[in-house]
Amino acid sequence: MSAVFEQIFQVGFLAAIIRIATPLAFATLGEMFSERAGVLNLGIEGIMLLCAMTGFTAASFSGSLWLGVLAAVLTGMLMGALHALFTVALGLSQHVCGIGVTLFSSGLAYFLYRLIFGQQSVPPSIKGFQTLPIPVLSDIPVLGPAVFNQFALVYMAILAIPLAAFVLYRTPWGLSVRMVGENPRAADSAGVSVIATRFQAVILGGALMGLAGAFLSMAQFNAFTFGVVSGRGWVAIALVVFGRWDPWRSAGAALLFAFVDALQLRMQASGLGHIPYEAFLMLPFIFTIVAMAVMSRNAVAPSALLKPFRREER
Amino acid sequence: MPAPLIEMRGITKSFGAVKANEAVDLSVAPGEILGLLGENGAGKTTLMNVLFGAYAPDAGEILIQGQQVRIASSADALAAGIGMVHQHFHLAPRLTVLENLLIGIPGKSGRIDRAGGLARLVEIGRQHGLTLDPDLPVSALSVGEQQRLEIVKALFRGAKLLILDEPTAVLAPSEVDGLFSALRSMAAQGLGIIFISHKLNEVRALTHRCTVLRHGRVAGRVDDPANTTSAAMAELMCGHEIVPPSRGPSTPGQAVLTLDGISTAKHAGTALRDISLAVRAGEILGVAGVSGNGQRALAEVISGVRAPDAGRMTIAGQNVSRFSPREVQALGLGRIPEDRMTTGLVTNLPLADSMVLPRIGSSTFSAKGLLKPDAIRAFAEEQIKAYDIRCPGPMTRAGALSGGNLQKALLARELAFDPKVLIVSQPTRGLDIGAARFIHEKFLDMRAKGCGIVVIGEDLEELLVLCDRIAVMYEGRIAGTLDSANATVARLGLLMTGAEGKA
Ligand SMILES: Nc1ncnc2c1ncn2[C@@H]1O[C@H](COP(=O)(O)OP(=O)(O)OP(=O)(O)O)[C@@H](O)[C@H]1O
Ligand SMILES: [Mg+2]
Repeated sequence: MSAVFEQIFQVGFLAAIIRIATPLAFATLGEMFSERAGVLNLGIEGIMLLCAMTGFTAASFSGSLWLGVLAAVLTGMLMGALHALFTVALGLSQHVCGIGVTLFSSGLAYFLYRLIFGQQSVPPSIKGFQTLPIPVLSDIPVLGPAVFNQFALVYMAILAIPLAAFVLYRTPWGLSVRMVGENPRAADSAGVSVIATRFQAVILGGALMGLAGAFLSMAQFNAFTFGVVSGRGWVAIALVVFGRWDPWRSAGAALLFAFVDALQLRMQASGLGHIPYEAFLMLPFIFTIVAMAVMSRNAVAPSALLKPFRREER
Repeated sequence: MPAPLIEMRGITKSFGAVKANEAVDLSVAPGEILGLLGENGAGKTTLMNVLFGAYAPDAGEILIQGQQVRIASSADALAAGIGMVHQHFHLAPRLTVLENLLIGIPGKSGRIDRAGGLARLVEIGRQHGLTLDPDLPVSALSVGEQQRLEIVKALFRGAKLLILDEPTAVLAPSEVDGLFSALRSMAAQGLGIIFISHKLNEVRALTHRCTVLRHGRVAGRVDDPANTTSAAMAELMCGHEIVPPSRGPSTPGQAVLTLDGISTAKHAGTALRDISLAVRAGEILGVAGVSGNGQRALAEVISGVRAPDAGRMTIAGQNVSRFSPREVQALGLGRIPEDRMTTGLVTNLPLADSMVLPRIGSSTFSAKGLLKPDAIRAFAEEQIKAYDIRCPGPMTRAGALSGGNLQKALLARELAFDPKVLIVSQPTRGLDIGAARFIHEKFLDMRAKGCGIVVIGEDLEELLVLCDRIAVMYEGRIAGTLDSANATVARLGLLMTGAEGKA
């Protein structure tokens, strides 16, 4: 048993956790901004897939990974705007529109990918992001190679967490976001445009989901396949609840999920071969369900989540 | 007279078929406190929402210091120096006082200007006696403090005109004095104030001038409220004289509701401690007290929403201590809860559905598990007529009704089934005197029919007019019970503060 243990908790284990957590952290922060403003975005799964596709495509044609990232972010913002158009401007059901956005974006991603790359026996790949060791910091034992010898996008995710907290809690715009998510009428009567604030928050959320997609197709898999996202968007929605709509907690939730996921990967690879690997695959999801059940008891969602705002209604 | 600060000319606003405002003119001078009066549904709130930019008027113009302005949103109104304290507060309960104050205020170098906000909060507090703890979440504030926050919010944004929509409806009598002195201090500094209230003695004490609305139009103006009788103002509002109800003698029968040593643990709010009460048929028992002394728990226990931890309660002789709300209802208990929006009616359902909700299972309204929509509609139509509930029809969303009309709808619902016991909280809060009078009359009718009624309220004058006996609650106990023949506001007031042990 101790041999198994050693194999699991190697130096690379910590690095793997960070890498697995990165797209989840982007996606969770994105969903959190949207929900803090009162808009549930169930389009996240499809938006991530579409962004992974557009990012990959732009990168493989232009040869620039950063152009790919830009394409993914712009795609995310566009899909965010589409979701906001339906749910915020038109006040339609957030559940229905979100699922619609996921179906539409996934379909569009498959369609465009086939159109551009045709049917190939081996999916085309690109040379993705390479690790970028940070001088001095990467020499710290254990922590150095795990945290400071990573992809540039990983550093962005790490920086995005305090930045998100700062924006949400310290800036006037962040206060507006929280207010429109709690009591849009109060925001409106204080001269804040509920519609504009919600649009901005959902679009910002879309941009972060775009980064999540970009990471998957340009840093993790270096190719686009129809399974690149495989439920990470749905997990992010759960992690937002688990993180109680707070940037720090949400990022923590992403890290915890990544820990369980990395653990199950190691366990698959280790000497526990007599257990079918599907059992390990289930672990992170079982963890999510249990964690959700425990945490969501005292989690309080933004009061105006799911509620469209119409001014002349009482 | 100084030039008007704000002038509204020919304002018209309709909601579908309802003309809420029709060619309304109104003006306020700097330093003036204008009373805006009118029956429930007369269009006061609508008019103020137009001025505040929340509703777009169909016709009419608004002038600020002689300049015509277009107010298309609350942002425009705030920029023009208009602030409003709404009937239902516009606050986010989970954010702090300071955050609620700073919403929509541009920050300093990209950040929320916390220090500047604090300084202004302290300054405004000192000027007008409106102090608040900046870091408490709004949910921890009392209703009076939340109102204070709304006023500070308006002043913070540099309001020159402050609109207060029924500010005193939610306050305890003792809090009203504090509000009035703050308002007077603001007016003395040249602020214009529009004050909406149904309590004419308050209007007479506070305002310099009044505009009276009736059915959306200006019915008249009062130039010297202090020297105008309440009766004259009431007549202007309703179009006819209002005579106060007279409570004739009654011969109470058997006890219909008894509480014997009822206690509750402290879950939320004040716990009840050893409450014993009896209400007889044909009697109105008042329960007075400063709010927060256990009145809510008492109402919940009686209506079966909360089970007492000790003690015995009977309705018509039957022990009902462990009964569910439906079971006590079946025994003939009617209830009108304090908060008509949350525990009274379902605001998103048609009025008709809300009106039959407690009796949805009865054979009148459903059969074989299916509703009878025609019967439900007919019932609602009948009640709308009988109680003069102003609304477009029985299928209107209940939430669209004005406060007074909601209350009438609730009353109609409960009284339609001849309850043996009726428990009501704050029955006329937010109602105009005509409507309040009407409701008092209904209570007295029920009393004559042998119903036992418990009225929980803070308005002592109202309780003295209405009740045969008045019990005073203090810290979850009954501090004393007085026959209203020998009760006075002063004696009740003393009991309410816990100063007098036994009466
Ligand atoms: N948003 C709305 N949608 C539909 N009808 C409305 C709306 N707001 C007000 N009304 C209607 O307009 C009329 C005037 O309502 P308003 O709320 O202005 O009355 P009010 O004078 O403030 O009454 P109260 O004293 O009960 O508060 C009522 O008939 C009401 O039902
Ligand atoms: Mg009103």
